[in-house]
Amino acid sequence: MPRSALVVCALALLTLAARPAPAQDTTTQRGVRIGLTYQPGTKPGVVVLPVTGPDGDSVRAILQRDLDYGDRIEVITGDAITSTASTQTGGGGSAINYGVWKSLGAAALVEAAVGPLGVHVVIHDVTAKRAVRTGDFSLSGAPQSPEWRMAVHGISDEIERWITGVRGIARTRILYVRGNRVYVIDSDGYGERAVSDAGTVLAPAWSPDGRYIAYSRLERRGWDIIVHDLVTGSSRTLAATPGGLNTTPAFSPDGKSIAYAHGDENGTDIYIASLAGNGRAQRVTVGRGTDNISPSFSPDGGRVAFTSGRSGHPEVYTADVDGSNVELLTPFNFGDQYYRSNPDWSPDGRLIAFQSLLNGQFQVMTISLRDRTVKQLTSEGVNEDPSWAPDARHLVFTSSRTGVKQLFVLDTESGRARQLTHAAGARLGAWSHWLDHVQ
Amino acid sequence: MIGKTRVVPAALLAVAAAAACSKKQPPAPPPAPVQAPNQDSINAARAREDSIARAEQARRDSIARAQAEADRLRAAHDAAVNTLTQVIHFDFDSDALTDEAKAALDAKIPILNANPGVQIRIAGNTDERGSDEYNQALGQRRAAAAKRYLTQHGIADNRIEIISYGEERPVAQGHDESAWSQNRRDEFEITAGADDIKGVQ
Repeated sequence: MPRSALVVCALALLTLAARPAPAQDTTTQRGVRIGLTYQPGTKPGVVVLPVTGPDGDSVRAILQRDLDYGDRIEVITGDAITSTASTQTGGGGSAINYGVWKSLGAAALVEAAVGPLGVHVVIHDVTAKRAVRTGDFSLSGAPQSPEWRMAVHGISDEIERWITGVRGIARTRILYVRGNRVYVIDSDGYGERAVSDAGTVLAPAWSPDGRYIAYSRLERRGWDIIVHDLVTGSSRTLAATPGGLNTTPAFSPDGKSIAYAHGDENGTDIYIASLAGNGRAQRVTVGRGTDNISPSFSPDGGRVAFTSGRSGHPEVYTADVDGSNVELLTPFNFGDQYYRSNPDWSPDGRLIAFQSLLNGQFQVMTISLRDRTVKQLTSEGVNEDPSWAPDARHLVFTSSRTGVKQLFVLDTESGRARQLTHAAGARLGAWSHWLDHVQ
Repeated sequence: MIGKTRVVPAALLAVAAAAACSKKQPPAPPPAPVQAPNQDSINAARAREDSIARAEQARRDSIARAQAEADRLRAAHDAAVNTLTQVIHFDFDSDALTDEAKAALDAKIPILNANPGVQIRIAGNTDERGSDEYNQALGQRRAAAAKRYLTQHGIADNRIEIISYGEERPVAQGHDESAWSQNRRDEFEITAGADDIKGVQ
């Protein structure tokens, strides 16, 4: 299974990254508590050579930014790179002087050329002084169009895999709520567009293949779960949920069913309904009048994590999808107040991210499913609604640190954070899987 | 009807003028045979005048009484609507009905009993703290708590709808306890029979 191979790679890399080393942090933003130290020196230095062909400059800029945002590669740029590159490229195909690049800190070179059939990419190992990998990628759509940018992001992710052994996360998008609509934005912060009609909407979620989204919308008589097809543009109401409160949809990993919370006069409980089915829903939780909400599937689809108020205040629990083997996951008093919610199960199955009230403000934390180790990942402003990237390393979350709610992306290994959205009021981010078949 | 009331004062003036002129003449002529009928007609006219005035007064009194009754009913209606739509408030992260909330609900019960055609919708709301998603469920629980109290006191289940707005519809925009305490609330909307609501004594 490719996923297990990926997990092994990820674990191997994490083991390397965890080696003690002198802490030196220059890029971490203020206010982010660091779990592991961020060491530029431990990441392979990579130079992306000027890209030839039409829109080569744009392709190069996207590749450089994607590799940087992946946090596994040190992208080397600057005047020395520019002047060295100018002597070694320029259509003549002059031989690459590996010695010079090594002296500039490069472990690998990315050489790319845009041609009529797409992009031809060569990866050079500077130490071995030879080309180690080549590949051809097709481009689609007009330059700078959403599909064209997604195709270039896909190239970045493969380059990152070739160099580090781990696939990048550039070819992904993030859903969120801003004002009265659901929006989507590319992982690099480009291409924001609305994907819902105007209304009171909450809790957007992706299908695993990235074709469908689901969200909760306020109607006259309650909240409905809307399933929207991004390809055809059509929407429908999840038939299993007539009336009352229906919210926090989560697609199962096989994409065939949706777990969601349904509330009426007897509390709110979690149900699972088949997307193709007859509208019948299978009940997961028996909250006896309490609130049970925000389900998140384990990667194998066998368990769900959710928020429950059954003990008198919100805590995170896990249960089998048939409702058995309920476990309180966050039984500890991490802060001064009891309130933990909005779990998101990491794609590698190891951690659950959640928000915890601490000194009256929410902060994003993770808890290990193996040994229950808790890590606090944020500390400045209010930080909530974490959602994992498919690499199980980056999280998107809502932060008020700029004074208004915006989405931020956090590298949980290095602590480096970047602002993803810039239009005020973004919240409830949901990170997609890899969008291999989506333009 | 209108034509008649206009004619009567003119006739009275003519009679009165004739009587005044006859009194001013210095040489007293022999008692005029018309004097007694004159007095009678004056008296009659006065009586008619009084009767008209009384009728007018009665009419005005009747209108005033009707107006007062209408005002009283309108005030009772307005008071009943106000009582029925009186907001109740909650403590942080709680759906427990406070004594104040119970008193406000108790006041709604006789109005609902006196107006069986009235239907209401209870909307639960939360403050901005807490999880946006969990607050949807908390708002639902707050609306359900008020509905449960009313049905336990005899109001038919099918007369009350509930909905949660979570933290999406704050009435106070601030970010302090004063705003939060106003926003942790149930709102009551009359969805049927609003125009005919009768007050209760």
